[in-house]
Amino acid sequence: MASQTLQSVPAEGTPGRQEISAAEAARHEAEGQAYFDRVMAEDSRIEPRDWMPAAYRKTLIRQISQHAHSEIIGMQPEANWISRAPSLKRKAILMAKVQDEAGHGLYLYSAAETLGQPRDQMMQDLMDGKAKYSSIFNYPARTWADMGAIGWMVDGAAIANQVPLCRASFGPYGRAMVRVCKEESFHQRQGFEILLELSHGTPEQKQMAQEAVNRWYAPALMMFGPPDDDSPNSKQSMAWNIKRFSNDELRSRFVGMMMEQVKVLELTLPDKDIRFNEETKKWEHGPLDWDEFHEVLKGRGPCNAQRLERRREAHENGTWVREAAAAYARKQAKKEFAA
Amino acid sequence: MSTTPETENTTEMHDGGHGDISVGVATAGTSGDANASATRITPGNALRPEDIALAVSRGTAKPSEDAAEFALRLGDDALVLAQRLGHWISRAPELEEDVALGNIALDQLGHARSFLSYAGGLNGKSEDDLAYFRGEEEFRSVELFEQPNGDFAVTIARQFVVSYYQFELYRRLTESTDATLAGIAAKAVKEVDYHRDHSTQWVLRLALGTDESRAKMIHGFKVIWPYVDELFRDDELTARLTAAGAAVEPSSLRTDFDRLTGEVLAEAELDVPQVPAASGGGRQGKHSEHLGYLLAEMQVLARQFPGASW
Repeated sequence: MASQTLQSVPAEGTPGRQEISAAEAARHEAEGQAYFDRVMAEDSRIEPRDWMPAAYRKTLIRQISQHAHSEIIGMQPEANWISRAPSLKRKAILMAKVQDEAGHGLYLYSAAETLGQPRDQMMQDLMDGKAKYSSIFNYPARTWADMGAIGWMVDGAAIANQVPLCRASFGPYGRAMVRVCKEESFHQRQGFEILLELSHGTPEQKQMAQEAVNRWYAPALMMFGPPDDDSPNSKQSMAWNIKRFSNDELRSRFVGMMMEQVKVLELTLPDKDIRFNEETKKWEHGPLDWDEFHEVLKGRGPCNAQRLERRREAHENGTWVREAAAAYARKQAKKEFAA
Repeated sequence: MSTTPETENTTEMHDGGHGDISVGVATAGTSGDANASATRITPGNALRPEDIALAVSRGTAKPSEDAAEFALRLGDDALVLAQRLGHWISRAPELEEDVALGNIALDQLGHARSFLSYAGGLNGKSEDDLAYFRGEEEFRSVELFEQPNGDFAVTIARQFVVSYYQFELYRRLTESTDATLAGIAAKAVKEVDYHRDHSTQWVLRLALGTDESRAKMIHGFKVIWPYVDELFRDDELTARLTAAGAAVEPSSLRTDFDRLTGEVLAEAELDVPQVPAASGGGRQGKHSEHLGYLLAEMQVLARQFPGASW
């Protein structure tokens, strides 16, 4: 463990902060950097009030807020089926799942706020199209079987990505991910169960399941991000102990996992090139359409406009409610002060 | 890999039943417990819809014809409201409300499933048979529950009325001579207590927040209040059930409802809306124009694949 005594960078507004001379500031910076480097070397954790490089902070704000946005936008394709879920039990599970995603968004926004970025600002960046979210949520959920495919493949890929993030060097992010992963693993199981029920149901149900798997397979694989030789931020994130495995490594593990599980489903993956490479001991898959990935990322996917508009609409319709709550809180505080 | 979802956190799952349903009745409290969790399964006094369906199929719980009709009424109320509230998830004014309204919807859906599972016990129907394969006129919900969400103030006004009504009803039903109704009510009353708290907090905030929110809250109550009277109407069924000690007359809830809602409205500096009551008729299957659309959407997929398992 790195010593905890070196993390004493005075917070904003602390008496004495203004009087720090340039020389002292430089010394603080050097000590902070030394502490940070030691934490990285020892694979320990950075906490919100610790010194950290500006680029580390910026990278984390970007990654955590994108992750939060993905949870929030990701509510939409599944919320699309809450009203039509074909049994009351499925309706209850789906409601609980989409509700969990709102909860994940909340933990993640809170984790990002510890880095100094207010939630309102992150939300505004999302609505202004300045912030990204996972491209997969720009695809439509056309049939009930998509609820299964999203749970099994999309949440499955998310877990493969996120389990290593539980060890991320930034404390609040890692801790948020522990809870998120627990819930995601439940989501993945419920998706698998939906597909299992469909694939063992009527021929029409089985076909619905197969078509959903076919549609979500490639977008799910692309959730791991571009191939390693085209992933500019990965190297730095790995040096900072935020990212633990490369995109291609995680993708390969995920393919292996799906190959096992798809047999139980008695369905197939729409990729004839999947194989286990005995030499590298890794799973390989067929080529992915990265042009499509970049197109969707740039906003030219099937649902980009719809998703953002829905978020804006909810936010704008709620403005008067948030204002009322804030006004009420101010009035109450004033009353208490007077009393 | 060692961290595949299939092996992660299996201890988090609760897949065991809670045994005989009478357990739920014996240990349940008779009023809301401020420390109870609305979502956590509390072994001993949590009665799940699956437990009721099991008891019904084993023949250990069988409703009388009257109890079944009564359970259908309460189940339909809760189901229709859950369907309405579910629409807010991903559309709420802030994320905390996506979670809160989602939770209330889930609670209502849970109550609906329990009541419908019990009602179906009369003639071998499942909760899904009743939810998905009955027509509009076969539903027994009162009109309040099917009222459209409107804006957030309308939704809150509806929820405020519903939660105070349901709290008074379920609180009394915990004493029902029908053990299953009492068991369902014992679980539900704790959850509905949270719904009262939630809607009260919002009534105060909206009524005393800004001029705009106050105008909207007043409008919300005006839109909802015509459907209040129907909640408290007695009929032959409730008279028979009351005589048997299985239920209470709806009209007997009114004094407490008026007093408790009146206290909140007074604190919110609002008057009870003076609006004519709608004639109603939901308990006899005469609904407003809204229910048909709600059911059409809810039932469409299930009806596309009759007999299918999901």
